[in-house]
Amino acid sequence: AIRTKSLLSHTVNMDSQENRCPFQEYQIIGRKYPTPSEPNPKIYRMRIFAPNEVVAKSRFWYFVRKLKRVKKWKGEILDISLIEEEDKGTAKNYGIWLRFESRAGIYNMYKEFRDVTRCGAVHCCYSNMASLHCARGRHIQIIKIVELKDEDCKRPYIQQLHGPDLKFPMPHRRVRFAEKRYRTPFLRKRMNTWQ
Amino acid sequence: MPFKKFVEIGRVAYIADGPCQGKIAAIVNVIDQNKVLIDGPTSGVSRQAYPLKQMHLTNLSVKFPFNASTKVVRKELEANKVDEKWADSAWCQRIKAKAVRKSMTDFDRFKLRKAKSQRNRIVTIALNGKKKALRKAGKI
Repeated sequence: AIRTKSLLSHTVNMDSQENRCPFQEYQIIGRKYPTPSEPNPKIYRMRIFAPNEVVAKSRFWYFVRKLKRVKKWKGEILDISLIEEEDKGTAKNYGIWLRFESRAGIYNMYKEFRDVTRCGAVHCCYSNMASLHCARGRHIQIIKIVELKDEDCKRPYIQQLHGPDLKFPMPHRRVRFAEKRYRTPFLRKRMNTWQ
Repeated sequence: MPFKKFVEIGRVAYIADGPCQGKIAAIVNVIDQNKVLIDGPTSGVSRQAYPLKQMHLTNLSVKFPFNASTKVVRKELEANKVDEKWADSAWCQRIKAKAVRKSMTDFDRFKLRKAKSQRNRIVTIALNGKKKALRKAGKI
């Protein structure tokens, strides 16, 4: 069961880091226009990660057009609502299956990420793909995203973050000053990077 | 030199940047290399993911289970008197002193200058008196 929220009641909390993620998750339900020959066309529902409803609707038609031969100009969107993350207070593991169009060809990938929300994990995924594969957002299609239990994670870079005994120092810490005027390329004295 | 401060569950950190700047919070869980889940119910920090780059680890830490709820975190922070220990620490005092100094008006700076020169005058007179006495006694 997913909790959906009316788009009108979407508020932004500026007191926390909750909203650093540029993605929201939308549930979009649409179908072909009913015709005399087909009075009850099949209804399709998708969960799309997008920064706003406009992009979400566009992506919905993009996928439905490719997968189900229903075109935007022959169809209608019945409902679009925001899917809120139920529990933003626990770190979760997410397995993401994606389809990626590179310059060389089209590849399927499975990646794991850890984040507090599904949207955060998708944001990590896009950043990761951009850094490792020079992938632009338009070349990435998220096929599936699943929340995983710790035991079900396959990747060692995620497995190493599990467990109550996780403990690590912050060696060679390059501090970024909070105040912008102190962030200069030149310093009077060598900075102390200890802890 | 061995490391003394670790990113671990229960470590109290001072938040130096971002929306919760200036507050302390406890690390509830580690999300990944760069982000942790923090919670500071006694200091007004809501439970959220926060980047480690914007936090500084303190030497305070409490014990609570992995992924503890806000209620448990609050209980442990209050039982260990973390807020009082933080307020008494030299680090916190320095931050407050810096804030006071930064918010001084020109009149405040004038008053500070006058107070400093009065204090220095007392010190110098006392010091010179002692030097004179020692010189007379042939010790300098």
